[in-house]
Amino acid sequence: MSRAVTPARKTINTVLAWTVALILFFPILWTVLTSFKPEPVAVASPPVFLNFDWTLKNYYDVERQRDYFDYFLNSVIISLGSTVLGLVLAVPAAWSMAFVPGRRTKDLLMWMLSTKMMPAVGVLVPIYLIFRTLGLLDSRIGLTVVLMLINLPIIVWMLYTYFREIPGEILEAARMDGATLSSEIIYVLTPMALPGIASTFLLNVILAWNEAFWTINLTVTDAAPLTKFIAGFSSPQGLFYAKLSAASTMAIAPILVLGWFSQRQLVRGLTFGAVK
Amino acid sequence: MSTQASRVAARAMLSPTVLLLLIWMIVPLVLTLWFSFQRYNLLYPDRSGFIGLSNYLNFVSAPAFWGAIINTFLLVGGVLLVTVVGGIGIALLIDQPIWGQGIVRILVISPFFIMPPVAALVWKNMFFNPTNGLFAEAFKLIELRPFDFLGQAPLGSIIMIVSWEWLPFATLILLTALQSLSSEQLEAAEMDGAPPVKRFWFIMLPHLARAITVVILIETIFLLGIFGEILVTTNGGPGTSSTTLTYLVYKEALLDFDAGTAAAGGVVAVILANIVAVFLMRAVGRNLDA
Amino acid sequence: MNTLTRALMGATALCALGIAASAQEATTLTIATVNNGDMVRMQGLTDAFTEQHPDIELEWVTLEENVLRQNVTTDIATSGGQYDVITIGTYEVPIWGKQGWLVPLNDLPAEYDVDDILPPIRAGLSVDDTLFAVPFYGESSFVMYRKDLAEAAGVTIPDQPTWDDIKAAAAAMNDPDNGIYGICLRGKAGWGENTAFITTMANSYGARWFDENWQPQFDSPEWKATITDYLDLMTNYGPPGASSNGFNENLTLFQQGKCGMWIDATVAGSFVTDPNNSTVADQVGFALGPDSGQGKRANWLWAWSLAIPSSSDAPDAAKQFVAWATSKEYTELVAENEGWANVPPGTRTSLYENQEYLAAAPFAQMTIDSINAADPNSPTVQPVPYTGVQFVAIPEFQGIGTAVGQEFSAALAGEKTVDEALAAAQELAVQEMTTAGYIQ
Repeated sequence: MSRAVTPARKTINTVLAWTVALILFFPILWTVLTSFKPEPVAVASPPVFLNFDWTLKNYYDVERQRDYFDYFLNSVIISLGSTVLGLVLAVPAAWSMAFVPGRRTKDLLMWMLSTKMMPAVGVLVPIYLIFRTLGLLDSRIGLTVVLMLINLPIIVWMLYTYFREIPGEILEAARMDGATLSSEIIYVLTPMALPGIASTFLLNVILAWNEAFWTINLTVTDAAPLTKFIAGFSSPQGLFYAKLSAASTMAIAPILVLGWFSQRQLVRGLTFGAVK
Repeated sequence: MSTQASRVAARAMLSPTVLLLLIWMIVPLVLTLWFSFQRYNLLYPDRSGFIGLSNYLNFVSAPAFWGAIINTFLLVGGVLLVTVVGGIGIALLIDQPIWGQGIVRILVISPFFIMPPVAALVWKNMFFNPTNGLFAEAFKLIELRPFDFLGQAPLGSIIMIVSWEWLPFATLILLTALQSLSSEQLEAAEMDGAPPVKRFWFIMLPHLARAITVVILIETIFLLGIFGEILVTTNGGPGTSSTTLTYLVYKEALLDFDAGTAAAGGVVAVILANIVAVFLMRAVGRNLDA
Repeated sequence: MNTLTRALMGATALCALGIAASAQEATTLTIATVNNGDMVRMQGLTDAFTEQHPDIELEWVTLEENVLRQNVTTDIATSGGQYDVITIGTYEVPIWGKQGWLVPLNDLPAEYDVDDILPPIRAGLSVDDTLFAVPFYGESSFVMYRKDLAEAAGVTIPDQPTWDDIKAAAAAMNDPDNGIYGICLRGKAGWGENTAFITTMANSYGARWFDENWQPQFDSPEWKATITDYLDLMTNYGPPGASSNGFNENLTLFQQGKCGMWIDATVAGSFVTDPNNSTVADQVGFALGPDSGQGKRANWLWAWSLAIPSSSDAPDAAKQFVAWATSKEYTELVAENEGWANVPPGTRTSLYENQEYLAAAPFAQMTIDSINAADPNSPTVQPVPYTGVQFVAIPEFQGIGTAVGQEFSAALAGEKTVDEALAAAQELAVQEMTTAGYIQ
């Protein structure tokens, strides 16, 4: 990383990188800006960037129509719950695959991943019927389990690739010292794999937070998260850009802020075994 | 690495978890298979029973079917191309010493945190809309008639939205891989007088091969299931020009409410996805062997 | 014996206690509704209802129309029991009513005055004289136009225009260089979007969806004439990107003053004349849906209505709510709070006899005339085996109507010619109708 670079070169690179970054970030910035505009200004031609009467009216209107906090709370519960549940199941499974591999381990992993390729919409009706029978429709528990299941293959795979980078000798040494299997996992493996686990945790919270099929189709009110909140603002009558922007900002802000603050942890383990 | 005893212990302790995983994954598959052989339309509760392969024939003979397969490949392939090439470019750029690297990285990964319905709604209304969108304003600025993105280039526009969502993911993985490349190697090459293009082609790219494979694999898994973005922006149209396989399944399930044919469509999709997966493994899977 | 009696008595007492307890608990009604302005307004006014009924709590699910339809249909068809009140249209009500999925509403109280409901709307919400839903607001479609632009262009649009009048006016008012397009019509694909509009247009051109044997008719010269004229209008005088414009998009365009004419739902009358949201509020004229001299006008009939699924666990409380939300009392409540022009239109005869309303709503007379001009039982010039004006009241129509709409949308985007689009529509309609068993 300590390659010597001329100041001129660094300036050019900086300008280029910032340009690309701002282009990628612009849609988000524009949405946030628009959320503070009065409706007619939001569609003004030519577009207005900063020079308008900033207003919180859109947020007020959105909040008055829908109780944002209920949706937010459901999003938090469901995404955290499904991730924790997934990790509890996946850590031992990934441990087994990484350190006691069988001949079919790799096939098993590939198969797990391939189940994710089934279009969810094809199974909606059967799942809906099962949920109805079990009384799980519109329940946080039901949704937590479903999201845990659909992300489980990714969790297992991410952990598996991370565990594989941990030298087996260390575990063996622990075993020599008389550590049991569970204490080996809890006291030796987990601390070493913490970056990988943290990153898996974050990635899955993000995936669960943003999942927009099951969360919309299996909920009504009690368990409805922010994806359902947004589905009520997509095309109301009349001018709606500013209100849509306000609702969008409210839906993405929590996860965006979490992502910003934890991006180092997220990036550190997000290798999927891509780095030797 | 382990003794026979610990091996058995591991299996005994862990097989329940793996088994649970398997059951959880098999249940939807079996259900789908079962329903795919049943006559089951939600709107006709009195019609039911085993109907053999009718649902499959029905699904495969729909006029939009072959177009949908082509569109699926175009969508997945297009997004992969944009995100891998773009991801390498951005990763190379951010890997250089620049001012404000931390902030740049935060800005670049931000789109990954946006939920797909929001992304689709924002792009559709505030950018692609030919009368009020920002792109239309840009066209007006250079005195051109606004281009109707979703009408004239529906698949291209969707590829653009989805690429925007996935570019950060590709960039991050590629960047991590790039940073693990030892600088001695590069410096040695530089000493030897190798030009930048050669350094990239013979040293960096081979080093990135594994990361690229991972990006392709993970993205393919998610991209094959995409339909929310299509539903919000084009509804699969105009005509069937942005109808993918998944969208076709959606149409059977939630427009026709034909749960049987939708299940058959789901099975067809999963078979095709597995063919792709096997092909993918053959072509690039070697990179995954540690 | 003695112990048995005592046990029985104990059980009865427990049951009674249980019933008493549950009677005291508030009943929660889950109400699914579309995110239209009138519905959102209703949510704001429900305090008046909950004050009268302290034992009933209301929970709202407000969704975009298509998402709502998916969720509600899935639930009702599987008896999921998640909803107590649902918002559905005149397309679903007869089909679902026949399936036994909806609670009959024949026992509404006398003060509800069910005979006051407009006859075409009431007919559309009944199966064999049993009412299965009550209308929240009803609509037909009509022509909205800019009086100022028409005058400047030197054209007049008669109250009962023909398609030739519309074509001439569109050509005269079109001024794309100044951002004004002669006519805005629906182009976004969907059975409730472009297909609805084009079907009414086809009706007025003498076309029909199916003949008496359920054979699709897209290969007929009437359909060809319809689509040819539709495309001529839109490509020459329409806004750019029309193939993704639905009701909301066109409403926005019209309110911004970018359309000379707009043929769409009568409910838009109050939005385009609302000075708070419309820049052209005082310049809007109204006319009946156009015809081509064959006896049918291009105007539909639709009512967003409230119904109670049979799977609801609180049908009685739900009945009280739907009766309140569609009552004269509610209309007055809206008038008091938001003004007469904003009351839900198109459901009750009495509203159109109310002078205050007629004075406040310039579109009122044209709305009621349009509604009365639509006949769901005889929508076309030639005989058809189906009912419904802008839709065909069979369960398969959502799928077929949307797929056909996609073909028209493709033609509008310039991807297909008229003949190609109609041939594709014919092919897919034949396939779907054969699969569904209509064509033997």
